[in-house]
Amino acid sequence: MEYVGLSGRRTLAVENASFDVRQGETFVIIGPSGCGKTTLLKAIAGFLRPARGRLLVDGSPAREPGPDRAVVFQDFDQLFAWRTVRDNIVYALRVARNIRGSDARKRADDVLALVDITRAADRYPHELSGGMKQRAAIARALALEPTMLLMDEPFGALDAITRNQLQIELANIHRRTGVTIVLVTHSIQEALYLGDRVMVMTAHPARIREIVDTSGARDVDTAHFAELTGRLRELLVHRDEDDIADGDRAARA
Amino acid sequence: MTWSRIPVAVRYALLVLAIVIVWQAYVSLWHVNKLLVSSPLDVGAALAEDLRSGKLFAVTFATLQNLLVGMLAGALVGFALASFAVFSKVGHDLLTVLSAIFNPLPSIAILPLAMIWFGLRPESIIFVVALASVWPVAINTDTGFRTISLTTQLAARNLGLRGWRLVLDVLLPAALPSILSGLKSSWAFGWRTVVAAELVFGVAGSAGGLGWYINNARYFLNTSTIFAGLVVISVLGILVEAIFGIVERNTVVKWGMKRAG
Repeated sequence: MEYVGLSGRRTLAVENASFDVRQGETFVIIGPSGCGKTTLLKAIAGFLRPARGRLLVDGSPAREPGPDRAVVFQDFDQLFAWRTVRDNIVYALRVARNIRGSDARKRADDVLALVDITRAADRYPHELSGGMKQRAAIARALALEPTMLLMDEPFGALDAITRNQLQIELANIHRRTGVTIVLVTHSIQEALYLGDRVMVMTAHPARIREIVDTSGARDVDTAHFAELTGRLRELLVHRDEDDIADGDRAARA
Repeated sequence: MTWSRIPVAVRYALLVLAIVIVWQAYVSLWHVNKLLVSSPLDVGAALAEDLRSGKLFAVTFATLQNLLVGMLAGALVGFALASFAVFSKVGHDLLTVLSAIFNPLPSIAILPLAMIWFGLRPESIIFVVALASVWPVAINTDTGFRTISLTTQLAARNLGLRGWRLVLDVLLPAALPSILSGLKSSWAFGWRTVVAAELVFGVAGSAGGLGWYINNARYFLNTSTIFAGLVVISVLGILVEAIFGIVERNTVVKWGMKRAG
């Protein structure tokens, strides 16, 4: 994928990125820093405009950002600091979905219950813990009833315990709502636990290595999980034979 | 009981009382010429007299009116400049050049020009006050817009926000800490400028205002009235600072965008 940046320069972010996400699945993009995984997600969200190629959502091209592709970011300041948790959702519903008044409040309360932060509904974001902020952000995104939920390392800034808990709850939410999720992560464990399919990307050059079906791997203690962990690690760590050959030549020279 | 354990309001009140007592003692015991320094009691009497006659209210109102109209005009222009600067490179360069030229210039220095342009009328004062408040607002608002977190902006665009709605609903509140500190310095500049301008007008005309009130008292060697005017200026300054404090506590501090203090 190439995109036109703010400077107007074309940047080659990912070579020949072509993949499709199936309805209702959790599609995980995994790769090291610099592999272009976040760039791909931003392109799907419409924040970056691909210079070539197309992005189709339900068969029709999507060029601008929109609430049909609701994004959950890693940073906590995705929530509007000047609105309470509930008002963040009510406001999003009003401007993005034209839902107002008691309808909006009702739906806000529903999603707050779904992510289990009803007790924090009237608090301002800065009064919440990191995990609660991410729950609130997920709630806001879900309230929009998006075609797909785009998540950019949503648990990357959380401590390990909170991260595990939110992974479990995201899996539950996915089961209950059936929403299509595209999740970017650099954690193999998270990819296997949440993903139905995992797209492995490599850096230098940034490209898609392989898409692995991981739908059978949920339970961390199984042999299948261990086997797939090994497979993903191998894809991430070991490079193409061509690249290795190039590297050897460079090393000898 | 140690000093730090007394409530802060009481501590301040005690200090003010001590200063007033020392002041009164100095005037009474040293037999200072009353034409040079008035005693707190005389100042209090002058204050009471001009408050009762309504004269102090009238001049204070005149000053505040000049100040608020000038600040409002300055803040609006400053805000427009900052918005222009955020949305275009030309606007950014224009703001940089204009603020580099005019910001170091004490706006009171423009008063003679303003008097030629607008005459000995309140418009001249309003003009220099506006000029004093436009740059702090413009520069701080610009900084505020520029330092809004990228994630906040992306989250707003994700909701499909754009144009004026994006500015009013997201950029404005997100930049509010900087905008408020811009308004605070614009008030500080404006307040000094309006009093200074009125002092000059006290010589040149009769536009009223606290500066004029002080200068007018000087003609009659009414020293205690001069002190009374200074007291009012100081107290108003403290009040406005307090109002800014209240506004901040109910917005940016409450939202966790600025620490209390």
